[in-house]
Amino acid sequence: MDILTLGEIKNQKLTRASLEVLSEAKRLANGKKVINVLIGNNLKDFSALISSYGASEILLIEDPSLGEFNSQSYSEILVNIIKEKKPALFLLPANIHGKEIAALVSAKLEISLISDCTDLKIKDNLLEYIHPIYSGKVIAAYQSLTSFQAAALRPNIFPLIEENPNNQAQIIHLSFIPQDNLKIKLLEVLKPKEETLEISEARIIVSGGRGLKEAENFKLLEELAEVLGAAVGASRLAVDAGWRDHQYQVGQTGKVVSPDLYIACGISGAIQHLVGMSSSKCIIAINKDPEANIFKVANYGIVGDLFEVVPLLTEEFKKILTN
Amino acid sequence: MKIVVCIKQVPDTEAYIKINSQKTSIEESGIKYIINPYDEFALEEALRIKEKLNNAETAVITLGAPRTQEALRSALALGIEKAVLIPQEDFILDNFSSAFILAKTVERLGYDLILCGKQAIDDDMAQTGGIIASLLNIPFVSLATKIEFIDNSQIKVHREIEGFTEVFKIKLPAVISAQKGLNEPRYASLMGIMQAKKKIISEIKIQDLGINPENLIKTKLTRLEYPSPRSQGKILDGDLKEAAQKLVKFLREEAKII
Ligand SMILES: Cc1cc2nc3c(=O)[nH]c(=O)nc-3n(C[C@H](O)[C@H](O)[C@H](O)COP(=O)(O)OP(=O)(O)OC[C@H]3O[C@@H](n4cnc5c(N)ncnc54)[C@H](O)[C@@H]3O)c2cc1C
Ligand SMILES: Nc1ncnc2c1ncn2[C@@H]1O[C@H](COP(=O)(O)O)[C@@H](O)[C@H]1O
Repeated sequence: MDILTLGEIKNQKLTRASLEVLSEAKRLANGKKVINVLIGNNLKDFSALISSYGASEILLIEDPSLGEFNSQSYSEILVNIIKEKKPALFLLPANIHGKEIAALVSAKLEISLISDCTDLKIKDNLLEYIHPIYSGKVIAAYQSLTSFQAAALRPNIFPLIEENPNNQAQIIHLSFIPQDNLKIKLLEVLKPKEETLEISEARIIVSGGRGLKEAENFKLLEELAEVLGAAVGASRLAVDAGWRDHQYQVGQTGKVVSPDLYIACGISGAIQHLVGMSSSKCIIAINKDPEANIFKVANYGIVGDLFEVVPLLTEEFKKILTN
Repeated sequence: MKIVVCIKQVPDTEAYIKINSQKTSIEESGIKYIINPYDEFALEEALRIKEKLNNAETAVITLGAPRTQEALRSALALGIEKAVLIPQEDFILDNFSSAFILAKTVERLGYDLILCGKQAIDDDMAQTGGIIASLLNIPFVSLATKIEFIDNSQIKVHREIEGFTEVFKIKLPAVISAQKGLNEPRYASLMGIMQAKKKIISEIKIQDLGINPENLIKTKLTRLEYPSPRSQGKILDGDLKEAAQKLVKFLREEAKII
């Protein structure tokens, strides 16, 4: 079965989540075609990279009006492509834009969509989609009843395949006539007050909770994060106290993250926090209370005062990372 | 201005979820149900818009078991004017069929703005709002943190994404999904609760919408499992400096993350 994937470009770069989607598509394609779509303006040459992840065709749709995200025009383009190419499966990253597009496209085509998949398996010749429900307390398996199907893949879960620089994808430019009657328009993108790394696709997250005691003390975490090239996250109580902005909240009412490394400092490990981070590959907990729930999910824990432990860790990491 | 809010009743975030013996659904007994937390932001936003505009009407709808009446009653207590229950029969619906039924209901009620939650914390799919929008052929913005009216036919919607804020201009009617940060939901007043008891919850049957949902189901849930437990970790002892050193060594040499 041919598989169609959507590549996503941010800051002139193809996102890692797009490469994960390509990798999974290649694993499932089993010899059939992987067709990758890119939508945008002045699309830089990503063909070599996309090719090296095994794509057989790259469809480029370029227009000045597509330079900024537009769920209406992006999904209309994809619906037309899918109708023409008739892939068996449409895969894209399960981030904000991806999930929006996935819902719009799948509904127009009246096909099955499983959002936020954490695994895809072939079982009795059918695809089985794995998706955590009840905030990760239960894992559900789904099957599609439609022959076309769509899935959005959770970032940071699907491993990248080995690049093959010899693969040559066929590049096809598709024409596009901009609509002058769009019902939605992106007016502007406001920059954050201060530039900080985003948490949902970060490989390492240093996260703080009420144990930090005040906003000022997040500096300690920022210093550790800087050494590690990590993003800084927070528990809901730290956000509610006004110490961090909501966009950095991890958990049920914040974001679900699955970094390679999650360092929880002064976070008790309430269920609503755990559901947001327990799929992290490695969890480190620093808490002065040996009974804290967070230790139940941690691979490694240090029982102690974070105000002592965090600076020690920063220092130790600095030692190995700066030489 | 007709505002319709879609709400879903879901197990409380603290609820212990037990899978049934056939592994096809969960045991409902003993579970406390609440309004999906994100839908509370949608309800609050509807109330605020009503308070700001003088011509707005608010309605709340839910597709679900008879117990979902409670959720509608709570929405009425907050000040939503009209509530509609679409009773869900025994068959299991997926997101597409549910959204189809909701879209048909909304069409029947009339709509300028449809508000829903970012995602339901039971199925965690985050797709119902988008499907409704697509079926009604109207625009959709997910995860709104601010909604402003430009005039009666256009709104501005803010949403946070990867550290930035996107600001969209949208022609009404539209579907917007709400997330934390949009507003601070209010509590129902005692008077609101008393008045809500007297209000009528109307019912619209799926068949009355001319729908045979079984033909609309696109996705089948095949099996439920508990996640494999994380293996019990190790507490690093020794003095804190030693512990920090051990940890760094482990991350570098064993986990190979650093
Ligand atoms: C509907 C709902 C949704 C929710 N959504 C979320 C969510 O998205 N994300 C979320 O995080 N929470 C969420 N919560 C809240 C959650 O239940 C907890 O209240 C919250 O996670 C606790 O935050 P905390 O761990 O920072 O604070 P606390 O529970 O107060 O824990 C602080 C911890 O810091 C430790 N500590 C204190 N001082 C030090 C020190 N000097 N050194 C080391 N350790 C120290 C303490 O031992 C303690 O374990 C939600 C709750 C509800 C009801
Ligand atoms: N059965 C339902 N009845 C009413 N609204 C629903 C229903 N299912 C989902 N919704 C709405 O759609 C949102 C997203 O749900 P989901 O796509 O299931 O994550 C929810 O927050 C609700 O606002």
